[in-house]
Amino acid sequence: MLFVRKLVAISAAISLLSACATTQDDAAPKPAGPNLDPQVDSNPFPSTYKPFPSVPTAFVGATVFTGTGQKIDKATVLMRDGKVEAVGANLPVPAGYRAIDARGKYVTPGIIDAHSHLGVYPQPGVDAVSDGNEATSPNTAQVWAEHSVWPQDESFNAVRRGGVTSMMILPGSANLFGGRSVTVKNVPSTTMQGMKFPDAPYGLKMACGENPKRVYGSKGAPPSTRMGNVAGYRAAWLEAAQYARKWDAYRAGGSKGEAPPRDLKLDTLAGVLKGEILVQNHCYRADEMAVMIDISKEFGYKISAFHHASEAYKIADILAKEGICVATWAGWWGFKMESIDGVAANAALVHAAGGCAVIHSDDPVLAQRLNQEAAAALAAGRKIGLNISDAEAFKWITSNPAKMLGMLSRTGTLEPGKMADVVLWTANPLSVYALAESVYIDGALIYDRSNKNLQPKSDFMIDRKAGGTE
Amino acid sequence: MRRYTLAIFTATLLSSGATADTSAITNAHIFTSARAGEIQSGTIVISDGRIAAVGTNVAVPKGATIIDAKGGVVTPGLYATGSNLGVVEIELVKQTNDNANSSQTLSAAFDISYGIDPDSMVIPVARLGGITRALVTPVFGDGGERELLFAGQAAIITLRAGNSAVVKPKAAMVLELGEAGAGRAGGARGSTITALKADLDDVKWFASHRRSFNDGSTRELRLSKPDLEALIPVVQGKMKLIVGVHRASDIREALKLAREYHLNIVISGAEEGWLVADELARAHVPVMLNATTNLPGSFETRAATMDNAARLDAAGVTVSFANGDGGHRARESRYNAGNAVAHGLPYARAIAALTINPATTFGDGRNVGSIERGKQADIVIWSGDPLEPLSDATTIFIAGERQPMTSRPDELTERYRTLNGPLPPAYKN
Repeated sequence: MLFVRKLVAISAAISLLSACATTQDDAAPKPAGPNLDPQVDSNPFPSTYKPFPSVPTAFVGATVFTGTGQKIDKATVLMRDGKVEAVGANLPVPAGYRAIDARGKYVTPGIIDAHSHLGVYPQPGVDAVSDGNEATSPNTAQVWAEHSVWPQDESFNAVRRGGVTSMMILPGSANLFGGRSVTVKNVPSTTMQGMKFPDAPYGLKMACGENPKRVYGSKGAPPSTRMGNVAGYRAAWLEAAQYARKWDAYRAGGSKGEAPPRDLKLDTLAGVLKGEILVQNHCYRADEMAVMIDISKEFGYKISAFHHASEAYKIADILAKEGICVATWAGWWGFKMESIDGVAANAALVHAAGGCAVIHSDDPVLAQRLNQEAAAALAAGRKIGLNISDAEAFKWITSNPAKMLGMLSRTGTLEPGKMADVVLWTANPLSVYALAESVYIDGALIYDRSNKNLQPKSDFMIDRKAGGTE
Repeated sequence: MRRYTLAIFTATLLSSGATADTSAITNAHIFTSARAGEIQSGTIVISDGRIAAVGTNVAVPKGATIIDAKGGVVTPGLYATGSNLGVVEIELVKQTNDNANSSQTLSAAFDISYGIDPDSMVIPVARLGGITRALVTPVFGDGGERELLFAGQAAIITLRAGNSAVVKPKAAMVLELGEAGAGRAGGARGSTITALKADLDDVKWFASHRRSFNDGSTRELRLSKPDLEALIPVVQGKMKLIVGVHRASDIREALKLAREYHLNIVISGAEEGWLVADELARAHVPVMLNATTNLPGSFETRAATMDNAARLDAAGVTVSFANGDGGHRARESRYNAGNAVAHGLPYARAIAALTINPATTFGDGRNVGSIERGKQADIVIWSGDPLEPLSDATTIFIAGERQPMTSRPDELTERYRTLNGPLPPAYKN
């Protein structure tokens, strides 16, 4: 992994230099404070991710799940300059490509985990690094998950071995508004910014139901009921709408005079109302999802996805019509009252109703096997007679999560021009025996099961007791 | 209506199934978990709830009900360990949890068998995952603050549809060492082992001095009388002691303690077990582990690895799979076993770790755990490889009775299978 370390060192050095240069050039006294308009610098923690070095690569003779629902046999997949170049049966391999014999193997888009807490609830799970839930107020829209992400969480490496190339990392669900999510490329990095997915939209974590009412109700503070939850959402949206209007008026007047007071919490909520930040809504019950949809219409925003959504199958038609994705599990149910009606066929029923089904993890162990969880969800669908192909089901962990993260135009499928986030599997990835043989991100080989030099380890694991392999 | 029909179906099975009926499973690809190993194409004869014959040249008795497996895989019913089946309906609805207590006087004496509900809505879901028997184990309900070291006594249950689940109460005692044990003894490992030894010494003393204890002429003992009573079979080596322990050095301490006190221990957790595999094998101490625990979730599992099961098995340790969740997700134990195979565990050993190994570990191996003559007929026919998520159990026998193939989630799925009917789903019964 030498080249990775070099790359990180070089990019760190570059950013250090530019910071020095700026300071030295500022000879004149600075204004009293930064520009207060949130739109002037809406990206104060910019991604420093650069694709790792890559060579033009060709997988030859593979079975391909394209991520668009198609399966192609005896396919060639060409990657060049970090992008998918071409995918098709028996394509010739141009000169200068590193050809990989993929006969008997499978090639798919990298898996995207639409609900992760990696880095914010890292390994080891000790209090000192448990930074996923700012459970101090029901509305903490001002916090950003990226400021809790510990890049040394070994889980990043573990889920990469399971084929995960991107993920959305969310704050926890204690609050009505938990804060901003961050989408990352699953590359080893010393800094959070080094893995931040360039230009990915932010998400806002919202939570329905039991968690907010339990966390605050038990402290004697609102909300303590579901109706208290709803009052909390609506009050916040009203305030955010007023805030956005004040700023719009100020800008319309040429940004002259005293600027309206800036509020980090309302910046995020106003970003949702303007359609720049995607709502990622933790919500289990069908009846609560229906109420959340009404709230979104009342205030004019769109819900990108309901997360967990154990009862999505009860309103699969409504969710399909509203274009709201459903990120759920196959095997998890009954751990709390609002998940008592969870069924394994949930995703398959959402899919069959024409909706956008996603299999997510919410868990660093499950995230290593999202392909198998998709298989279990598919099995449950087939058991009740739904005719869904393997390749269609693979959308649940590739293109559909890309869609709910607002990234489908750039990743999630093997269509030409997309980021070459690609996994080579030893067998059909819906099998429990399939292992990710190699993982590519933006065309660069990031993990290779047969090459010890391409198996990244976090700093925490550097003194790991010898002998364990993964 | 559906529930009613199911009840009748079950009742019919119960009244007629186990008595005189004879069934034969033919054209079966059998993983016996017994000396016969894998039988590519064989027949199993079930009579009076037991396996009457198994093999390639087995005649089907006249009048037997024939189930043609059509080449499908047949295994012994799976044996769940570390389970909470029948004692937890909804984990976060505390009133439905009967696997833990926080009493200041009852620890070892806590007997989980009294709380087991054979009508639990979770049991049919686990059964459809091929699980026919389970060790239901207590956990600690004290938040780690109670200074009592034992969680209580586990029970063996059958998942057979019907009114009686408990097969054997008081099947094992549960203890935790390591970080969790330290939390129950003042915060450090050094006091856990010391307190434990003092307790075990007290139990031995109590066993031979009941009279003076009862007439109050002895010093006060730390444990309550019910706890002391419950631990007598443990110090006599007659009751298995499940020791929850993770770090390699803690496993060594557990082995030392077992030697010193002649305890019959089973190691549970054992994430770093592969580092002490030879010592576990030499001590003939079996291990219950979760095949997918590979992250350094704490400082005592830094060496956790997917290879753990394969390495322990190769060293000669008897490995059983325990699912982390134990109840609602117990059905996933077969996929977890598949992942162990993908990381080096031989296939037949994975099937053993789901069947005969837990049975023998908990003294149930003469009854169940393999497909061999004389054993109770707990048998599952699969649509494909049982370790694959894309396969399903198609027929399940427990004690020779065919089990209902539905569950509450299945009925919900059916209820909402089609939406927008003329009346709300509440009318679909």
